[in-house]
Amino acid sequence: MIVAKGLTKRFGDVLAVEDLDMDVKSGEIFGFLGPNGAGKTTTIRMLSALISPTSGKAKVAGYEVGREDNEIRRNAGILTESPGLYDRLSAEKNLSFFAELHDVEDVAGQVERYLRLLGLWDRRGDVAATFSKGMRQKLAIARAMLHEPKVLFLDEPTAGLDPEMARLVREFIGELKDKGRTIFLCTHNLDEADRLCDRIAVVNTRLLALDTPEALRAKLYDRVVVIHLSAASPEYEKVVREQPFVRSVELKDNKLVVGLDDPERNNPELIRALVDAGADIQFVGELRRSLEEIYLRLVK
Amino acid sequence: MRKIWVIARKEWAEVFKNRFVLFTVVFMPLMMTALPLIILYTMGTPGEMAGFSAADMPASFADLCEGLSGETCGQYFIVSQFMLLFMLMPLAIPATFASYSIVGEKTTRTLEPVLATPVTTLELLAGKAVAAALPAIGATWLSFSIFSLGVAILTEGSALLRQVTGPLWLFAIVVVGPLLAVAAVSIAIMVSSRANDPRVAEQISMLVILPLLGLFFAQISGLIFINETMILWMAIGVTVLDVGLLAFATQLFQREAILTRWK
Repeated sequence: MIVAKGLTKRFGDVLAVEDLDMDVKSGEIFGFLGPNGAGKTTTIRMLSALISPTSGKAKVAGYEVGREDNEIRRNAGILTESPGLYDRLSAEKNLSFFAELHDVEDVAGQVERYLRLLGLWDRRGDVAATFSKGMRQKLAIARAMLHEPKVLFLDEPTAGLDPEMARLVREFIGELKDKGRTIFLCTHNLDEADRLCDRIAVVNTRLLALDTPEALRAKLYDRVVVIHLSAASPEYEKVVREQPFVRSVELKDNKLVVGLDDPERNNPELIRALVDAGADIQFVGELRRSLEEIYLRLVK
Repeated sequence: MRKIWVIARKEWAEVFKNRFVLFTVVFMPLMMTALPLIILYTMGTPGEMAGFSAADMPASFADLCEGLSGETCGQYFIVSQFMLLFMLMPLAIPATFASYSIVGEKTTRTLEPVLATPVTTLELLAGKAVAAALPAIGATWLSFSIFSLGVAILTEGSALLRQVTGPLWLFAIVVVGPLLAVAAVSIAIMVSSRANDPRVAEQISMLVILPLLGLFFAQISGLIFINETMILWMAIGVTVLDVGLLAFATQLFQREAILTRWK
């Protein structure tokens, strides 16, 4: 649905995006992560035909950036970093205006549909200036959806929202994926990206990594299991270290933190060895690296 | 064409909720219509101006009084000093309007979502230009109609009315007025592509009225008197200026520059 090859954007002497290659599949939620100034917004602007690349090529929904920009605009929706609403206009008028610019056939019907879907129908006549931050964000999301785009670019959709509102927005994004939309999600909320995204690209001007969150974990870190014991002993640590498949071991309080290549295969043997050595095992769990750890390791 | 109208309607819905803009669009024409009418009223009827003759007028103005009585010529002389105000309206109103409608988009960051729609730069600019120019032209024409009606009532006769609504001033108001409005909008768009504050944009855009204000004072001081030839040359000059200004304004108003340089 989105293909970029060598996509580069330069503003004078400043290189904002460098040689970006990626391929976003139809119907997936694609996370686009990176520190401030990493070129995320510039990439979104290039892909949504707002600005042109300095070099490289990109296609969105089958249309080429720079050559078929109007077709891209018809097939893509964008939630910009700032909601950018007309404060003096009502929610309904804000949406009607954009529906008309997008040549939506049933303007009133489509506006009503999205206002109801996002729980804003009862406030349709109120001017946007009276809306809370969350409501403004929902209105901006509705605006991006009015023309039923195949691709949706979301730039920080939950930034500044309270947890309840952020959850509502995340649920809505999940529903959009269920309906087959392709979503390009820029976010600083790594937990959100971990939960929502099928694949993640980490960028810092250029692409640092691109894969599923699980694959990124596996690439960057050993898999680690934590074995909780009723009583700790250096003897148990020695037993674990002697196993040929163990990559690392550490004794912390009553816990053994063990790095393994393949926990599904190695765990039974490891547990057996510990039990044979007299260890009382309370429970065993896997230590899951957060996306934050992966991200920080990549960008540093 | 449809999108131009969609943009213009949105502009009106939004900008007319700004009290300052509304005040400018309503108050300025009201004041500029009332001023010459009040002067005409205080001057009294032609009868009260008995003794006035075209010979009392400056020679270059006396030519404009052909066929008029001395009293009516006197009234026309006074009234014509203020006729230029009707040409100030199509300059000043769009400058205020466009300053708010374009720079306002910068400050509220509303332009990026608009540029993400399949609207062309020309449609966007035309929509904003129409939104700024039409109220100004409408207000000017309405004010001039009210003024003409006032002249008809106050002078109890048709001689002065014929002069005021004659080819000279009709051409000035109906043709040159809209041309001036286009110039004002183009300048406001150019200023907007550089300014970041609507008030600054408005103040700079308002400088567009200076040449006409100069003409107004030149006429009041008797240096020149507006005649048919002058208005015709003015129309030609402003048309040429409009073409240049519009081309330049469209050049300055680049999508990428708007998104990446507007702060």
